[in-house]
Amino acid sequence: MPAIDATGPTRAMQPPVIHQGVVGWLRASLFSSPLNILLTVLVGWLLLMIVPALIDWLFIKSDFNATTAKECRASGGACWAFIAEKHRFILFGIYPYDEQWRPLLAMIILIAVLAISAMRRFWRPILGLIWLLALTAVAVLMWGGVLGLSHVENSHWGGLPLTLILATFGIALAFPFGLVLALGRRSNLPAVRTICIVYIELIRGVPLISLLFMSSVMLPLFLPEGFTLDKLLRAQIAIILFAAAYIAETVRGGLQAIPAGQYEGADSLGLSYWQTMRKIILPQALTVVIPPLVSVFIGLFKDTSLVVIIGIFDLTQTAKTAVADAAWRGFSAEAYLFIAFIYFIFCYSISRYSQALEKRLERGHRQ
Amino acid sequence: MSESIIRMEDVNKWYGDFHVLRNINLNVARGERIVICGPSGSGKSTLIRCINRLEEHQQGRIVVDDIELTGNLKDIEAIRRDVGMVFQHFNLFPHLTVLENLTLGPVWVLKMPKAEAQATAMKYLERVRIPEQADKYPGQLSGGQQQRVAIARSLCMNPRIMLFDEPTSALDPEMVKEVLDVMIGLATESGMTMLCVTHEMGFARKVADRVIFMDQGEIIEENTPEVFFDNPQNERTQLFLSQILH
Repeated sequence: MPAIDATGPTRAMQPPVIHQGVVGWLRASLFSSPLNILLTVLVGWLLLMIVPALIDWLFIKSDFNATTAKECRASGGACWAFIAEKHRFILFGIYPYDEQWRPLLAMIILIAVLAISAMRRFWRPILGLIWLLALTAVAVLMWGGVLGLSHVENSHWGGLPLTLILATFGIALAFPFGLVLALGRRSNLPAVRTICIVYIELIRGVPLISLLFMSSVMLPLFLPEGFTLDKLLRAQIAIILFAAAYIAETVRGGLQAIPAGQYEGADSLGLSYWQTMRKIILPQALTVVIPPLVSVFIGLFKDTSLVVIIGIFDLTQTAKTAVADAAWRGFSAEAYLFIAFIYFIFCYSISRYSQALEKRLERGHRQ
Repeated sequence: MSESIIRMEDVNKWYGDFHVLRNINLNVARGERIVICGPSGSGKSTLIRCINRLEEHQQGRIVVDDIELTGNLKDIEAIRRDVGMVFQHFNLFPHLTVLENLTLGPVWVLKMPKAEAQATAMKYLERVRIPEQADKYPGQLSGGQQQRVAIARSLCMNPRIMLFDEPTSALDPEMVKEVLDVMIGLATESGMTMLCVTHEMGFARKVADRVIFMDQGEIIEENTPEVFFDNPQNERTQLFLSQILH
């Protein structure tokens, strides 16, 4: 046996060249086994078939400047002139043309306030005040009637501002409601627990469309004579009720993941139920369920498009209507790609934010 | 102020049909140090967990510091403020720093001002000899350090009674000593009433006023450490000691 030479540290060497760098990565990821090589070739072929044709249609042959539908169709590619013509209608719906700066400003305020809320250093009581101011500003801009702005009924609201409002209020109000439901479902009091279970199972058992239908059509039947609830408000309530059930179940999963020792540690210090929940259990539980919670939020954002069923002009409905224009027939692909792009920007931003949030919160827990 | 700080009279507890505590009668005097030992499943952890209502007893009376333990929430919270507990698996709050772990109880339960709570926390961190870890998270500490933080966390609440539920059982052997040293220091310096469930018989010999042996939910034998270890009376005690003292 050769003697062990422990007189000095072993010199660290570099791994062999074919395991390093680009070549190394290619070998390991794409060409590591016969199956892998086959998949690489298959995917490569698919990309070759699809990508050049897509780029051709989307950008090279597309027409940005045509003035009539006929001209645009002649180009053979995507007709972005259609979007150029219709974008204000798709984005703002039937809001009066000259006043469209108002929903635009309202949207910017809403997005700005959401961005601020996302930054941890603003998680202080003043955030409540900022939200109050922002919401007041949004309400004043959208409704008008004061400060010299003309009054615009909310039946004339539409497009992206409407989608944003429905989604923002939907999530913001459904979240605390869902939290309470989740805690209630785990309660020791049978009455509380039963009510929560019944609510969650009933709401989860029906599609959002049917809830929207019920809130729009059935609710007025139950309301006292002459008392009407605004259609948009009815839709908003249905969205909140719907989301709360899903949030409740997601949060409940997080609560179950917290070991009993955490509850015991808190109990042994003499913390009350709400102190334990607020300082110990919920911070940990919510961190654990960020991924599925974000899925619920993203799903809700897109589910707002279902309000078309009760005749509310959200972003999807305006796109549909734009396509139906007789002068610009046949460009539905462009229209839906346009709104898909808008939805994607918002949903992807939410997703990226949640990843950043997860990373920041994880820093504390494990090393 | 009565003689005993803890009085358990004819305490019985069942988990479903399983009789886990049988006719427990125990009086703990103020400042007394008690070590409870026994085979696993003997009910020793359950016994001390009944004292701060982490477990509920179905029959008998438990009186802690002149407050009887019933379903009354206010009484339970009052007792929990006076009774500190150290767990086998530490039960530190992983999302808070060490300092925040220590100040949480004093600030939220004892309504102490934050600065005072932090001063107290640093004092106890120095007492357990890890003041430099104040801003670390529990996940960044070793097991022995975490358990010492857990002890400091309980001490920050200024309890009159400290319960230890197998505090060193989950630790690597080289860290057991540092935790036991802290506990010995606590016993000798502070006059705190301590109930400790442990297998560390060296600790029991050094510190305990009384050693109690439990088996199958009953208290089989209790005596001073000298008599208990050198001259166990009961056959089951002798069997147990022969198994763990090797």
